[in-house]
Amino acid sequence: MNEQVNTPVNQTHAAADHLDLLEAEALFILREVIAECRHPVLLFSGGKDSAVLLHLAYKAFHPERIGCALLHIDTGHNYDEVIAYRDRMAERYACQLHVRSVEDSIRKGSVRLRHALESRNAYQSVTLMEAIAEFGFDACLGGARRDEEKARAKERIVSVRDEFGQWEPKNQRPELWSLYNTRVALGDHLRVFPISNWTELDVWQYIQREDIELPALYFAHPRQVVRRGDILVPVTHLTPAQAGDTVETISCRFRTVGDISCTAPVASSAGNVADIIAETAQCLLTERGATRLDDRASDAAMEQRKKEGYF
Amino acid sequence: MNAPSYVTLESQFDETVQPANSGLLRFITAGSVDDGKSTLIGRLLYDTGNVAADQLAAIQATSQKRGLAAIDWSLLTDGLIAEREQGITIDVAYRYFATSRRKFIIGDAPGHEQYTRNMVTAASSADSAILLVDARKGVTTQTRRHAYLAHLLGIRELVLAVNKMDLVDWQPAVYQDIVDAFNAFVSALGRHHVQAIPLSALNGTNVATRAEAIPWYHGPSLLEYLEAVPARRDAERAPLRLPVQRVVRVMLGNAANGASDTEFRGYQGTLASGRLHIGDEIAVWPTGQRARVKGLTVAEQSLAMASADHAVVVALESEIDISRGDMLSNAIQPPRVVKTLTADMCWLSEQPMQARGKYLVKHTTRTVNAFFEELSYRVDVNTLDHQATPETAVMNDILRVKLKLQQPLLVDAYVDNRTTGSFIVIDPASLHTVAAGVII
Repeated sequence: MNEQVNTPVNQTHAAADHLDLLEAEALFILREVIAECRHPVLLFSGGKDSAVLLHLAYKAFHPERIGCALLHIDTGHNYDEVIAYRDRMAERYACQLHVRSVEDSIRKGSVRLRHALESRNAYQSVTLMEAIAEFGFDACLGGARRDEEKARAKERIVSVRDEFGQWEPKNQRPELWSLYNTRVALGDHLRVFPISNWTELDVWQYIQREDIELPALYFAHPRQVVRRGDILVPVTHLTPAQAGDTVETISCRFRTVGDISCTAPVASSAGNVADIIAETAQCLLTERGATRLDDRASDAAMEQRKKEGYF
Repeated sequence: MNAPSYVTLESQFDETVQPANSGLLRFITAGSVDDGKSTLIGRLLYDTGNVAADQLAAIQATSQKRGLAAIDWSLLTDGLIAEREQGITIDVAYRYFATSRRKFIIGDAPGHEQYTRNMVTAASSADSAILLVDARKGVTTQTRRHAYLAHLLGIRELVLAVNKMDLVDWQPAVYQDIVDAFNAFVSALGRHHVQAIPLSALNGTNVATRAEAIPWYHGPSLLEYLEAVPARRDAERAPLRLPVQRVVRVMLGNAANGASDTEFRGYQGTLASGRLHIGDEIAVWPTGQRARVKGLTVAEQSLAMASADHAVVVALESEIDISRGDMLSNAIQPPRVVKTLTADMCWLSEQPMQARGKYLVKHTTRTVNAFFEELSYRVDVNTLDHQATPETAVMNDILRVKLKLQQPLLVDAYVDNRTTGSFIVIDPASLHTVAAGVII
């Protein structure tokens, strides 16, 4: 402690400093992948984490334009507004946008649904692997965070997947210092998560600081929902009200935006980023605990899906 | 009770001192299987309000289902199926929590077999290490091993967390004996700062809050320590090192939106150490050519000065030939340009070293072919004895080695610079990371 400088640091300063460090770490990782990989792609869903990742890619490349394409795996169950946002962002950053849809995989027969309205979220893995093979991507940059889920807490920033897309938790490369091993054998590819070390709150603070545009779904708006236990299920064409349901219109927002059939809003009056930060800082539920209809199937639902190629 | 001789912080701890210059601290926790590491992490997360209600409900339910009287906090951290099945921790996991003062990243290294490589992995990015000791067992081989590994990886800030003090009735003599034994060991390793804290992870005593009921202890709680300990930012005072990650060139048509479309050439990289100002004269290695800094930017933001950890774009006044893997330094304190590395190395792979095999060495942004010219000795991490001239290396071995490089690397000693003093070894056949080294 002898070297301690006796300058009091206020909280805002401390927060700014930690965002600087997280940003610098992400820019470093992005640049390593850009420099070392043959054909990287950025997975862009239009959600907040991928919005942050896209912004970081912009900063990592600057003053060049983003030198890799965006890939969206469209389940066909996205909110129109998110799709419009996705297209707008691709245009703003002059990125080539590849869209591959689960619908096509269904048509080809590589995805077989158990029933027409089944959540397509897990099937994204199949379509993603098909797209990786089609384009020959050797690295997929994704916006996953370790704080989202216990299985993710164990995943490396640079994670090797085989041709089946499998994640093998027992056989991960050790990751030391900031020396990322980006080498992959032909047919394998990397999943790279530059914002691994960010939390949900960090993401919101960064969105505020950098003034990053998001789909309006993230902010409080009136929406028709029904209550299923402690989860609010939005009333949509894919998740219609059932007999006996009471449909309510409440002020809510999405903490995570994905497939319509598996993301639920939370009751909230937070209409701007500052309000959301205040709410997130006090929130008692995890992002997924409150909002996902699909992670609850078992304690290890996420790990299972990742082993099957999910990101 | 007197403050132990080596531990100075206990008497000096000043709770009004705020962390200097860092909202982020990375630390690791190490201890053997039953020393209560998971409980301690669970406690820290819970007492700082970082366990969400749904997480708590889930682990409460599982604990109850298993017929446990108290919450099993390891359920919070052991997330994988095989871990829960076997009740073990497989690999390093990273956890996050925050207080109003600071953000924390915990590198949670399992204490089981494979300990050495996991500990080395987690320690490589840590500012501080918490070494957990069971008050009933005292300093064990495991404690010494972890202290040695923390030392090897250059962690100067150590916490000796004497856990389960409630089970020895908070006897000061028990605590003092452990502290003395630990200090005797660690002083022999080199310069460290040790903060010893008597605590009970299970009850939360001295974890997030200080226990007034223990009159003989005047030091900080674990959380108070973590909020106040300086993060490793000494890199700013070290000579400038900027490994070039990427050459950025704007020609017609590839300018980012908002960026000027005129021709531009610059160098992207993160400062490993030191400071860089506009107008500074820098040298480029390995060629040694010199130039002045014309511009420093992060996206559209121009900087007058960049310091360690900043991910910048550097523009120079004169056109010189620079590629990825080169390094910028200040003009008078260059890195060593070497074609032989002498290093302490931890073998991480289940595949033993091929003593005559070719490997790749990745150091900063440069990767070169290499082979092992000499294995000088192996360190017994339990006794710290040197075993002379090993023939090969197997997983968890710590060795002093000499590597012959096909092309030069731009290095510093690890004790002087963690970034330019470290490297990994990649097996060109499996493409796995098989070893980690610190340069002597």
